[in-house]
Amino acid sequence: MKRILALVMVFAMMSMAAVAMADTVKIGVFEPASGDNGAGGKQEVIGIEYANSLVPTVEVGGKTYDVELVIVDNQSATDKAVSAAQELVDAGVSIVLGSYGSGVSMAGGEVFADAEVPAIACSATNPGVTSLCDYYWRVCFLDPFQGTVMANFAMDEFGAKTAYVLSQLGDDYTTGLATYFAKAFESMGGTVINEQFTEGTSDYTAYLNNAVNGGADVIFSPTSTTVASLLINQAASMNIAMPILAGDTWESSVILDAAKGTNLTICMSTFFDENDGNAVAAEFVQGFKAWLNANPDKKTNNGGNDIVAAVSALGYDAYMVAIEAIKAADSIDSVAIAEALPSVVTNGVTGSISFDEIGDANKDMAYIKKANTETVAFDFVKTQSVAELAE
Amino acid sequence: MIDKMLPYLLSGISVGGQYALIAVGYTMVYGILRLINFAHGDIFTAAGFFMVYIAAALPVPLAIPLVVILTVLLGVTVERVAYKPLRSAPRMSVMISAIGVSYLLQNLMWYVTGGLAKQYPVIPWISDSVTIGSATTKMVTLITPVLTILLVLALVTIIQKTKIGMAMRAVSKDFETAQLMGIKINSVISTTFVIGSLLAAVGSVLYFSNYTSVTPTVGAMPGLKAFVAAVFGGIGSIPGAVIGAFIIGICENIIKALGYTTFSDAFTFALLIVILLFKPTGLFGEKTSEKV
Repeated sequence: MKRILALVMVFAMMSMAAVAMADTVKIGVFEPASGDNGAGGKQEVIGIEYANSLVPTVEVGGKTYDVELVIVDNQSATDKAVSAAQELVDAGVSIVLGSYGSGVSMAGGEVFADAEVPAIACSATNPGVTSLCDYYWRVCFLDPFQGTVMANFAMDEFGAKTAYVLSQLGDDYTTGLATYFAKAFESMGGTVINEQFTEGTSDYTAYLNNAVNGGADVIFSPTSTTVASLLINQAASMNIAMPILAGDTWESSVILDAAKGTNLTICMSTFFDENDGNAVAAEFVQGFKAWLNANPDKKTNNGGNDIVAAVSALGYDAYMVAIEAIKAADSIDSVAIAEALPSVVTNGVTGSISFDEIGDANKDMAYIKKANTETVAFDFVKTQSVAELAE
Repeated sequence: MIDKMLPYLLSGISVGGQYALIAVGYTMVYGILRLINFAHGDIFTAAGFFMVYIAAALPVPLAIPLVVILTVLLGVTVERVAYKPLRSAPRMSVMISAIGVSYLLQNLMWYVTGGLAKQYPVIPWISDSVTIGSATTKMVTLITPVLTILLVLALVTIIQKTKIGMAMRAVSKDFETAQLMGIKINSVISTTFVIGSLLAAVGSVLYFSNYTSVTPTVGAMPGLKAFVAAVFGGIGSIPGAVIGAFIIGICENIIKALGYTTFSDAFTFALLIVILLFKPTGLFGEKTSEKV
């Protein structure tokens, strides 16, 4: 009797396991939750989680699969990113989303390529992420574009002739974006003072002094938010009058907190604006805010407020693209999904998304915002497209 | 020229003062135990986190002494748990234990804080801006070197004039003989860690008031540079560590002023190598004469 019971139980468990196995598709979330870019990574993750809460299942071959998010922390470090990526591959994910930060994406890319698992970068802007890896796609614009946008903005808006460009040595995102900015700025007849700091630097006063003494009209410092908070704080205590410009990472509540109550002018380019006119975006913003306010721990991950960060919107879009790709492949096999992905076209929160042959989204619009130091919010300044730049 | 150099010199002196407060902790422990306490930089970081969390609950004037007490407790605990059981073990084992403690503390802080940068509380008055000539800076920049020198003078007085100071000097000269003469070795070592951690706590208040974000690994760089300063000045010598720290702080900033920003850290470590090549005992290091 006992033996029969045991047999029945084993059988039941096996069939339950088989059911659970068969009806789940795993999506890997490759993001930093700690380290220099942890704050931004968390915002990207909540965008993905929100998308998952709206579309928790996907139809493949006439069967409904539950989507399970496998979230790992790559700690914003290129050495940790490789093992985090491996963890996802070992978990058997069909597709990967992320990461915030180009350096970690490039480090993880090799692992995904070896395992033939496609990855969709949400906000990694360095061209190398997709051009150096056949299994990486992305849903945001690229640094050559972003750098050109900010160089134009510095000249048009502030009449800058000399720009002080500060980047972090050995960091793919900051050095890449700084180089593209410098190239564009110089090609328009401006002068660039280029300087770099090493990881772990706390004292930026000497760099800011160099900017002042070099006669710069504007500072361009596309750094991580951790560095930004130190830089802004020290610039404020030195009464730096020239505007400080940066890239997409600076659209974060970390920046607002640091800039609060100061006299600094801080502007950055980003992917999305909360008050954007299109219907998909408006619906997303409304739903996302309600979801944040209903989930206190998600709100904490967003920096304690319900301001919608562009990276959350991109996380949402990347998830939706992944779901479309799974549907188009009509399979949960990673290779099949990778084959279907290039032809996916969606109408996302951050605009329409389709891919070129390298795997980059055809995006041509950047939003420039300014940190309002009194209301502690981002003020929308203007949009800038590729076409406008060409004129 | 002076106008342009002034801001760099100011921040150099201030950074030097902060390195000095950490370097004294390294050099004292080395002087007594012949141990390089690799966990010292992490104790400095821990002091920063204590302040972040305590200042959220208590007013700053109460928080500062509490932070100092907690940091001292942490320093002494590390000594008791990780170094004391290894007192008779080879020196290499203690050093490996120190490296282990350093990683343990770093990862504990990473775990407890979630690994995100925390904003250091604003301490009234010392965080205010002041203008001197052409330079605008924080009050703390000016306070740091003064406070550092006062604290070090007090420390030197303790070591030269008091009984415990005499015991410390005896222990650093000859560990075994001091023990035979009836000096309570454990209390001397604890006192050393109390003083070292206390200075690290003060150093952390000054450092983070200037550079206001605290991360689990933030102590690594200043810790390493303070260590270089201690070696530069002659490890084991307190005035040496202080002078070494100021030289490194000022040189770093002058190199940045000359436009070689990328190389300022490389300079610090190149200096260490050069010193070790030409003057292995540092500027004020005790000469070791090997007796047969």
